[in-house]
Amino acid sequence: MSSPYLSVRDLSISFGSGEFRAVRNVSFDLARGEILALVGESGSGKSLTSLSVMRLLPEAARMTGRIEIEGRDIAVLPPRQMEDVRGAKIGMIFQEPMTSLNPVLTIARQMTEGLIRHNGLSRREALAAAATCLEDVGFAEPDRVLRQYPHQLSGGMRQRVMIAAALALKPGILIADEPTTALDVTVQAQVLDLLVDLKSRYGSGILLITHDIGVVAETADRVAVMRGGQILETGTVDEVLGAPTHEYTRALLASHLTVEKSLRLRKDETGVATS
Amino acid sequence: MTSTAILEVRDIRKTFTASGRTVHALNGVSLSLEKGETLGIIGESGSGKSTLGRIAVGLDTATSGSLLVEGERLDVLSPSLRREKLRKCQMIFQDPYSSLNPRLTVGRQIGEGLFASGVSDWREIRGTVADLLERVGLKREFAERYPHEFSGGQRQRIAIARALAPGPEIVVADEPVSALDVSIQAQILDLLAEIGRESLLSYLFISHDMAVVARLCDRIAVMHRGRVVESGPVAAVIENPQHPYTRNLLDAVPRFGRRRAGGKPTPVELPRHEDGDAFVAVSEGHLVLQAGGLRAAKTV
Amino acid sequence: MTSTTVTAATLRSLPFTVILGTGLALLIIAAALLAPYLAPFDPMRMAAGPRLAAPSAAHLFGTDEFGRDLLSRVLMGGRLSLGIGVAAVVSGLAIGGLLGLLAAFSGRLVQAVLLRVIDVLYSFPDTLIALALVAFLGPGIENATLAIAISLVPFYARVTYGLAAAERAKPYIEAAQLAGVRPGRLVRVHVMPNIGQSLIVMGTLGFSSAILSAAGLSFLGLGVQPPSPEWGAILASGRNYITKAPWILLFPGVAICLTVLSFNLIGDSLRDLVDPRRKGRP
Repeated sequence: MSSPYLSVRDLSISFGSGEFRAVRNVSFDLARGEILALVGESGSGKSLTSLSVMRLLPEAARMTGRIEIEGRDIAVLPPRQMEDVRGAKIGMIFQEPMTSLNPVLTIARQMTEGLIRHNGLSRREALAAAATCLEDVGFAEPDRVLRQYPHQLSGGMRQRVMIAAALALKPGILIADEPTTALDVTVQAQVLDLLVDLKSRYGSGILLITHDIGVVAETADRVAVMRGGQILETGTVDEVLGAPTHEYTRALLASHLTVEKSLRLRKDETGVATS
Repeated sequence: MTSTAILEVRDIRKTFTASGRTVHALNGVSLSLEKGETLGIIGESGSGKSTLGRIAVGLDTATSGSLLVEGERLDVLSPSLRREKLRKCQMIFQDPYSSLNPRLTVGRQIGEGLFASGVSDWREIRGTVADLLERVGLKREFAERYPHEFSGGQRQRIAIARALAPGPEIVVADEPVSALDVSIQAQILDLLAEIGRESLLSYLFISHDMAVVARLCDRIAVMHRGRVVESGPVAAVIENPQHPYTRNLLDAVPRFGRRRAGGKPTPVELPRHEDGDAFVAVSEGHLVLQAGGLRAAKTV
Repeated sequence: MTSTTVTAATLRSLPFTVILGTGLALLIIAAALLAPYLAPFDPMRMAAGPRLAAPSAAHLFGTDEFGRDLLSRVLMGGRLSLGIGVAAVVSGLAIGGLLGLLAAFSGRLVQAVLLRVIDVLYSFPDTLIALALVAFLGPGIENATLAIAISLVPFYARVTYGLAAAERAKPYIEAAQLAGVRPGRLVRVHVMPNIGQSLIVMGTLGFSSAILSAAGLSFLGLGVQPPSPEWGAILASGRNYITKAPWILLFPGVAICLTVLSFNLIGDSLRDLVDPRRKGRP
């Protein structure tokens, strides 16, 4: 891990007249084979940060700072060259997989398009590669999935297809923006397991955007806590969640409910009530 | 069965037909809610928990089975008496944005419930509305404002005030905090608990979030594919889960001090339940649905 | 958030078509309102000039076969055409709107029956319905107006039903129902403020269709009766002189075209403004 794969320096994003900066001087590194979580509540700027790495910010947004991938600043790349970076270097999965899958195209069509364009594979090779990736994300019958349309799959299956599609291009890093927020807990557990598996097997770096500190605790290696467009505190998961230095992180941890904590609070209350 | 139950559903079934396919949303659910109690309904999408909540307040009707409010079956009451009974059942919705009318002032929306329950003097209504706003932790003068001027958490407080206006005894809360930031969630949960205690409300609290349910509920019922598979006092069910689905659900909740190992999803074997399946008592009040087995017991 | 609100900002960024449409419509309405003062001659007065005279300084639009001044007739005819249009749209929207609301807020059976009937009627062109009704009621301005109003009912009923049904499914309407708000009050206080704007826009869309139907009926001799000047009626009387005096057909024809065009432009653009689903689509 001598040099990071992705390096973000002094990233700021402003809208309109520029008085209000939604993201302020954000810097972080992401190496291959690690999961970095950006955690924060709504409006913390975590999603804008991830979108800026993909250069997918809304047109009204103005961005300053450096975003380096393997030492090359992509913040200044012309759109045409950025298209090659997207997919091949950085993959992205979103909260709601239905909106990022085209409803009228088969899964095969959507998964092979990038492979044929970016990697110069033939249709047959691309299909085989897509099938392998689907198997990797836990589909027992990848060929059947390839023939299906998005609406024929459940929410969890669609999210797995999105991950497979992103991975097919073997990107150095994967950006996962609230990848499990729209999913049931049991499905969430599967998808998180999958991300961890992919990190160790493919050696991808994963930038995990989430509001759920429990997800961070189980999944991430390092974490950056965001609020009001700034990174307040960053470090390994054990450091930050185990011994938070910033007051906001402490408040975030305090307001996070776990099943055990809930039960304990209840027992305390009812104990007081009956005595 | 019991005389203290303020709300009871007996063998509720609900089937939807959409484009030729029949979906069984509820396959015979029986539950009772005691006065002053908070009963949590926990389940994932497709479990039927929201449909059950809608039936409990009369927004949906069951295909078969009956709904009892204060021990009286609603299906045999006259329409006006039924309306009267149903006014005791109010609802708090999940989405704080679509659940408030964008074109009416906050005070008007809350006041409509008072007007409908027979208060015809709007000056009197305005006073009560201001009291209600204060009670949910908002300023009295917010009554004159429109919903878009408020944050998600404030909107949910307004929705709670609106649900309280007709003077309900039963409140069905369908995922009332899942659209909110965690710091706001805690405040709303505390508010619900406080109001419940003060007004001796009975809550049917529908959620997918085990931690939230554990915080607020006295008893919980775990739903899976339109059936209750396990129910009982909240600590008993969470600390000693018996049904494979309950265990699966609890295990999936993110936890501190545990690391995801990775690996492909392993399918969990869940029992297929049929209509004849019966509940077995694990401890006092803690029941678990047993597959197949006790068919003999049913014939008694 | 409230994407249906037409704010000052959206008004400023109005597309050219709206400005054109509104300008035209205002001109036409002003001309119709001020017709008695603008018209140089009594539109009914025969031999105000020579018969079938071509447009000239004395008679800007020329004269018809009885020597009546065509400009005066087209101006006064606008009053009748627009009047019929307004009356038909207002009553059609009232009846159709009520039916649509009834369908959206009644039980399953009533709803199914109403929707079937509305759908069947909607499948006929509205002019055809108006024609059939006038054939049954007998010709004349009142009957024509009534027929056109009724012909618009299926359209308005369907539009209202669509808007109201979407509204009915929203949690805030369900919350009001739970609070015990009675159906009548529910519609009046809780639903109407949210769909009123869209209904008014739909009203403008029906207006041009009403004008066309009115002209069509009069042209066929079933609407406004000669010698009253109505655009369709003027067209009908002029058709025998199409080669000798084409201006008799030209001016009322252009008047109909411009009126229909202007209201369609306004209606279409306003619909895009109030309907967020159609935003950005052609």
